Amino acid sequence: MIIRRRDFLRASAAATLVAGVPRLARSADTASVYDLERFGNARILHMTDTHAQLKPVLFREPGVNIGVGAMAGQPPHLVGKAFLDRFGIRPDSADAYAFTCVEFEKAAVRFGRLGGFAHLKTLVDKLRADVGEKRSILLDGGDLWQGTGLANAMNGADMVEVANLLGIEAMTGHWEFTYGEQVLRDNLSRFKGEFLAQNVFLTEEAAFNDAKAFDPASGRVFKPSVIKEIGGHRVAIIGQAFPYVPIAHPKRFTPDWKFGIRDEELQKLVDGHRNNDKVEAVILLSHNGMDVDLKLASRVTGIDVILGGHTHDAIPIPITVTNAGGVTLVTNAGSNGKFIGVLDLDLTKGKVANVRYRLLPVFAELLKPDPAMQALIDKMRDPHSDEWSDKLGTADRLLYRRGNFSGTVDQLICDALVNELNAEIALSPGFRWGLTTLAGQPLTMEDVLSETAITYPETYVATMTGGQIKDVLEDVCDNLFNVDPYYQQGGDMVRVGGLAYTCTPGETVGKRISELKLGNGKHLEAGKHYKVAGWASVNQQNGAPIWDVVARHLRSGRPPNRDEPGVTLKGVEDNPGIARHG
Amino acid sequence: MSITTSEFLGSRRLVLKGAGVAALIGLGVIPFGVPQALAAANDKYPEEAFKQKNEADAIKALYGKTAEPSDKVKMDAPEIAENGAVVPISATTTLSDVTSISFLVSENPISLIATYRIPAGTLPSVANRIKMAKTSNVTVIVEAGGKLYSAQKEIKVTVGGCGG
Repeated sequence: MIIRRRDFLRASAAATLVAGVPRLARSADTASVYDLERFGNARILHMTDTHAQLKPVLFREPGVNIGVGAMAGQPPHLVGKAFLDRFGIRPDSADAYAFTCVEFEKAAVRFGRLGGFAHLKTLVDKLRADVGEKRSILLDGGDLWQGTGLANAMNGADMVEVANLLGIEAMTGHWEFTYGEQVLRDNLSRFKGEFLAQNVFLTEEAAFNDAKAFDPASGRVFKPSVIKEIGGHRVAIIGQAFPYVPIAHPKRFTPDWKFGIRDEELQKLVDGHRNNDKVEAVILLSHNGMDVDLKLASRVTGIDVILGGHTHDAIPIPITVTNAGGVTLVTNAGSNGKFIGVLDLDLTKGKVANVRYRLLPVFAELLKPDPAMQALIDKMRDPHSDEWSDKLGTADRLLYRRGNFSGTVDQLICDALVNELNAEIALSPGFRWGLTTLAGQPLTMEDVLSETAITYPETYVATMTGGQIKDVLEDVCDNLFNVDPYYQQGGDMVRVGGLAYTCTPGETVGKRISELKLGNGKHLEAGKHYKVAGWASVNQQNGAPIWDVVARHLRSGRPPNRDEPGVTLKGVEDNPGIARHG
Repeated sequence: MSITTSEFLGSRRLVLKGAGVAALIGLGVIPFGVPQALAAANDKYPEEAFKQKNEADAIKALYGKTAEPSDKVKMDAPEIAENGAVVPISATTTLSDVTSISFLVSENPISLIATYRIPAGTLPSVANRIKMAKTSNVTVIVEAGGKLYSAQKEIKVTVGGCGG
């Protein structure tokens, strides 16, 4: 612990560099790294994509996050050393550990876990107390209710209680929608904050049948925005839900609602707040994903700051985007509770005169857990702790998920699918949530659920032709590498087991995937049929839930498959979205 | 039940039923003030145009000329279709003297989806749902003052991704 504290003190020099602010005196409960210089008169705290991780976590940032076209080499498509260089972070610092994958295993031992809602509560309370009463608000960008076994078992109700205790005043959503309308509305009826979404509308059928809507005239299902008084100033907060819910997830969860980016409707909303409500700042609380937000910022005018999420990009400084009306700052605040964004606005003469932003890593080692939040978390976890704490196996290597094409967690899941369901090929979705486990650490059901807990976990075994398999890979790959961000959905490439392929991200759809080979080295034939196992299908399936399949696989004690993931990349040799070392 | 209403001025209300409805020509009223010969020509079901596989051929068969892109033609359509079988697409324009609005999907087996005659004095605004076989460019053609203007957008039809 002593060593660790010293590490942090050394590391905080780097934090200073990033923030560009000298640190002030140390407070009693929290380390000096969280004593921020006072700035402006309105503080907005932003958390996003916590994926219901109530306890502090290990989460390795990606080693592969390729940008194509105009996005090549631009944040957020920088990883490893290129990321550190771009943002001036010292390689062996605590910030380097929080923001990148550089020497993750070594650094994880030194700096420990991040996040956890009891620790976050302490930090949030401090950051709010520092600026005084009614001078701050706390926003959540969505993906708050999903990602753990507990959230799944409780349909996200645990997170509503946590959100209320934490003091979240407004949120938007993504995975929240995958519980379906009834659960969503039940949860929201207990949520003390506002659920904002300007881009969710009734389908024509639902509108015709008088389905419930916030504004029946426009068909808008939820309140689009709210005006908050912060430090005596009027700030409009507009919610932007994930635009592709019915495409990326089973449509059956949201049959009455249509989504989309809808930047024309957004522009009208912004203009209305500017012209009629005389707000001094307009903030978009967005779950678009960072590339989409960057494009949106170039098209929609009048937004001061986009507080972004979805793509899980932890970007220390805002990206400035110029548009016809001026500039918009775009942020993205990472995932799994690792970070909290602190946006300090200086509002004078009815507008934003200046801005200071910091993305603070939530180092659990430096924060005393809030007792009330800890008690709430313990109370909710307690009924499940026995059932989920059995050791199923041991991590034979570092298990992580993030990366555009593969992660060791998904290799394990694909192995489980191939072995347990007796398939030739496995497909596993490219989710970006899910925790990291160090080599040698035990794996419990709770760990497995943290990688798999969704409302459509059923596995399937299907017969597909080689041509169909290629089409699926091409389709998902285009969601990731379409040069126009509006055609991307976020998420990473579908993971494969028993299959190797070459990917050329810079190509166009239909031409990115080549050299498809089975595990035995034979070429995949377009007309031949293959037995494919998978999970998280957008179509209804009826196989065992994936977590049971993975648990069975772990319990079987089969020797782990240590084959390298068979994805060969072409045409991105110098792309700084690929880490060469660490 | 899928019903789409297109917005019309006054009491005229056009209800289009079903997805991918192809030929809706003739639902409108022959407008006043249009020379009789042209009205007669427009009256005919554009059989040839609805046989063309290729977009350019369909436009040629329908109008006998080519269109120029115009930012006065506004198309409202999703970037990524939530369901390729029912893709909501609407078109409006600030151009005057609009006589027809047509929709084409270049990758569909038959490119021309629908062509609407717009009677004089009618707000040139049409909303419909179309069926798309796969990812494709969708083109809206507005015929105004005897000339053709177009807007185009790619609409992706996807098998579904895996959200973040």
